[in-house]
Amino acid sequence: MSYVPNTDADRKKMLEVIGVSRFEDLLDAVPKEVRLQEPLKIPPPASELELFADLRKLSRQNVPVSVSNSFLGGGFYDHFTPAAADFIIRRPEFLTSYTPYQAEVAQGTLQIIYEFQSLICALTKMEAANASLYDGASAVAEAALMAAHATERKEILVTEGLNPNYLAVLETYVTGGAYQVRSIPLGPSGQIEPEMLKKAISEKTAALILQTPNFFGCLEEAKELEPIVHTVGAKFVAVFDPISLGMVTPPGEFNADIAVAEGQSLGVPISYGGPAVGLFAAKRELVRRMPGRIAARTTDAEGKIGYVLTLQTREQHIRREKATSNICTNQGLMATLSTVFMSLVGKQGLLQMARLSYAKAHYTAALLESKGFKRVYSAPFFKEFALELPVPASKVVSRLRKSNIVPGIDLGKYDKKRKNQLLIAVTEKKLRADIESLAEGMSFFRPQTGSGIAPERKLEAAGQV
Amino acid sequence: MEIKADLKYTKEHEWIKLDGEVATVGITDYAQGELGDVVFVELPKVGAAVAQMKPFGTIEAVKAVSELFSPITGEVAAVNSTLETDATVINKDPYGEGWLIKIKVKNPKELDSLLTAEKYKEMVAV
Repeated sequence: MSYVPNTDADRKKMLEVIGVSRFEDLLDAVPKEVRLQEPLKIPPPASELELFADLRKLSRQNVPVSVSNSFLGGGFYDHFTPAAADFIIRRPEFLTSYTPYQAEVAQGTLQIIYEFQSLICALTKMEAANASLYDGASAVAEAALMAAHATERKEILVTEGLNPNYLAVLETYVTGGAYQVRSIPLGPSGQIEPEMLKKAISEKTAALILQTPNFFGCLEEAKELEPIVHTVGAKFVAVFDPISLGMVTPPGEFNADIAVAEGQSLGVPISYGGPAVGLFAAKRELVRRMPGRIAARTTDAEGKIGYVLTLQTREQHIRREKATSNICTNQGLMATLSTVFMSLVGKQGLLQMARLSYAKAHYTAALLESKGFKRVYSAPFFKEFALELPVPASKVVSRLRKSNIVPGIDLGKYDKKRKNQLLIAVTEKKLRADIESLAEGMSFFRPQTGSGIAPERKLEAAGQV
Repeated sequence: MEIKADLKYTKEHEWIKLDGEVATVGITDYAQGELGDVVFVELPKVGAAVAQMKPFGTIEAVKAVSELFSPITGEVAAVNSTLETDATVINKDPYGEGWLIKIKVKNPKELDSLLTAEKYKEMVAV
């Protein structure tokens, strides 16, 4: 189809047919005060040369993890990906494949979705998985809605340890008041305490959404919490870290009803804010309520194996008004990448990544503790931990950036009460030298043990702020 | 295709049989034949209120899904639990083992507005 823009003459003719003299007359029905009264603030057209110069200038502002010493986490992690993974998904069959509704021409895509689902089930020990969602945040929100529909209840219980970005998306999903989201605070150790949960949960609760390791890196006692959730008939939604499942108990083994995650760690590079891939698994009994698409293996009339999209009657293209969710696609390419990643890394590789991340994160924490810093929470952690600082974390971040170190996430961005807290993530990719240079950079801010000068003052004296 | 003479029918292909205060409801042999292999039914809980010609559930075949309409107003007295594990019973025995729900009838006069076997036969005759 060619694109032919309309000319002034075309427009005039169209307006004549409609019976108005100016385009603006068509907008008369819209009150003046809600209409934009000024031109849009966009720059004038640019030549290709100027445009590329601009874009290059903008791209130089990026600090990719490949050239900086980054300890950023909070949902997206710089884990290792075998080079073959990237090569494989760049094959045009994978890169250009579109929606696989025509099973007869999409067998490869459907099979890889089926393999993806099977791997997610193996990883989580859950009974069913879908073909992926947009990201971890939408997976959390969809899980909440699914639990609400399944229980016919309206209250969603979350914890303070839920990633605040996931919480924001969940709250956007439930805007309008159909469901209520309530949060339980973390105990002093950084975990949800069973007694607190018992008090907060009731027979009105549709689901408890428990992230473990939680946003602050702490591992939750999911096994202890599970009976409390099921006693009141609520669904247990577990938000997991796919890499951690090499080491920690998978959601299926602590009887979670729904398990969701951000799957970026499984081979998807950190690229600006995305792309991401939402993982979504559930118990078999909930499979008809699962959002998104599900691929299945079947046999054709000749008894040969074939792959199809199944349970399609839950989806929008058959009964739009009865669809279980507004999601009608999946992150096909990223799910493919995760599948390739998991098949290349394997069970042992995943375990090794988990163990190395754990060991290096604990080494980092110990090194910082030896310099006088304290962790915010005492609970066991996997690869990420929150550190209490004597100064606002934003200052530490901006100072260390000058030495090409990105020390972590300033938690004050999410909660003013946490402005002196830094969230540090350590993956298997960090070398001893990377960790030591972080600790050295941080030494500048070490809590004082008697000199009397607050680090902030010292910083000012040194002309650093 | 079987149409039982002693039942009443809806235009939406449900059958109903009143026995005292309680009526049994299912889908007709014609309907199961048109749907093909039934894979799933979603039914209300015991105690739920149903209203005449309002949907009370859904029936799902391999490539299609339909609403189930209640032939009568009342309260759900029983639900056929065998369908949870094997919905194909509806294909095999739509008037017997494949029944869907039993309804405690509120107003038996509503039955008068339903189709007789004769009328239903006329309707589905192609």
